[in-house]
Amino acid sequence: MNNQITIIDYGAGNLTSVVRALEAIGIRAGVSDSPDLVVKSDRIIFPGVGAAGQAMGRLRETGLDQALTEIFRKGNPVLGICIGCQIVMDESEENNTACLGLIPGRTLPFPDHLTDSRGERLKVPHMGWNGVRLKEDHPLFSGVDPAAEFYFVHGFHPLPEDPDHILGTTDYGVEFPSFIGRDNLVAVQFHVEKSGRPGLSVLKNFASWAP
Amino acid sequence: MLSKRIIPCLDVRDGKTTKGIKFKNNVDIGDPVEMARFYYEAGADELVFYDITASAEGRDIMLEVVSRVAATIFIPFSVGGGIKTVEEMRAVLLAGAEKVSLNSPAVTNPEIITQGAKAFGAQCVVVGMDVKKVEKTAALPSGYEIYINGGRKPMGLDALAWAKRVQELGAGEICLNSIDADGTQEGYEMELTSLICEAVSIPVIASGGAGVPEHCAQVLSQAKADAALIASMTHYGNYTLSQIKQTCAQAGVKVRQYW
Repeated sequence: MNNQITIIDYGAGNLTSVVRALEAIGIRAGVSDSPDLVVKSDRIIFPGVGAAGQAMGRLRETGLDQALTEIFRKGNPVLGICIGCQIVMDESEENNTACLGLIPGRTLPFPDHLTDSRGERLKVPHMGWNGVRLKEDHPLFSGVDPAAEFYFVHGFHPLPEDPDHILGTTDYGVEFPSFIGRDNLVAVQFHVEKSGRPGLSVLKNFASWAP
Repeated sequence: MLSKRIIPCLDVRDGKTTKGIKFKNNVDIGDPVEMARFYYEAGADELVFYDITASAEGRDIMLEVVSRVAATIFIPFSVGGGIKTVEEMRAVLLAGAEKVSLNSPAVTNPEIITQGAKAFGAQCVVVGMDVKKVEKTAALPSGYEIYINGGRKPMGLDALAWAKRVQELGAGEICLNSIDADGTQEGYEMELTSLICEAVSIPVIASGGAGVPEHCAQVLSQAKADAALIASMTHYGNYTLSQIKQTCAQAGVKVRQYW
């Protein structure tokens, strides 16, 4: 499989951390804000920080929303990271934003008054290292130890309607979907590029994933 | 469940760490990039670089260090020391840091906290607090006072009130340093840490006083800090991150043990 990866640049912050992480595992990737180029890419990584409303606004202005939908429908592998994992849903409750609708369901905030199993108050945003419980083995986590943890920073999370689209979950007072996907689309709520060796493994697996 | 973090802190001056790590072969390594790699591989959950350079030339060297670190380690790290403007914050973040730590300038110009949070998101903005125990007075009801300029200048500002204020202003995290405990290696200031952790809903990194792994376990379990900053206990090879994390886990603190 051809391996030309394009990281979508829609002004959602610093993409260089994703580029650097790929470089560290010997994978070259381009960064582009051109819908034409995105549609022609073999693989897409769709990162993001910030708010859903802002991100969707920028995607629409640039026409990248349609390019993303098109490349997904063509069957090419697409990886969403963090905000990229939230705006593949129909809608986000962050500023009530209509999103890409690639996975049916919504993006929700964590409930108020979260506590852990000992009754201790949990803070939002959920920030730091946490595990991912896979529903079943997935090629993206091939070779990743089940005890591995990943770096999260977020106050919202996706909730797909179809349980089959939930591929992995994380415990933070509630069990929330942290790894979702359908067909050739996968999306992770954590920052693979900041999750040490396990994160790099996920990136590497994505680069050769043949859905 | 979320892990509590162990965060080594490196002081950098003119592009060199001021204290080298003593590796097993007793070679001091003063290169912050090599130290970052060492700690990344040893299981650090995050790193803090504190730039104690005074000169403008030193600042440019620091930015270069930041970008080399960002190409070497793939965990979050923050950079603090002398950052006074949103533009300086932007430069550090673009060079590859995940977070910026604001210390004295946050006290003298609190607006910078809000401006930084608006420009880059609250998760990028850490406010560093240098705190000293004082007598309780009407002006300092918590009995803890904020100092600036490396702990030299008292500000007449109550630490508890200030912690709540920085949260309101948009800080995403607090790094709480006890001037009294700093350098003693006798343990974190538990009372202060508890006080601040109870009062705010943003994460708190406890700093100052760590000498043995049990100190980390204590501050994370009893004082409920979200993270523990460490320096000399690992810099000089007295303990490893694995040892610290094992001690924490034995005390019932959830930490990241696989990396």
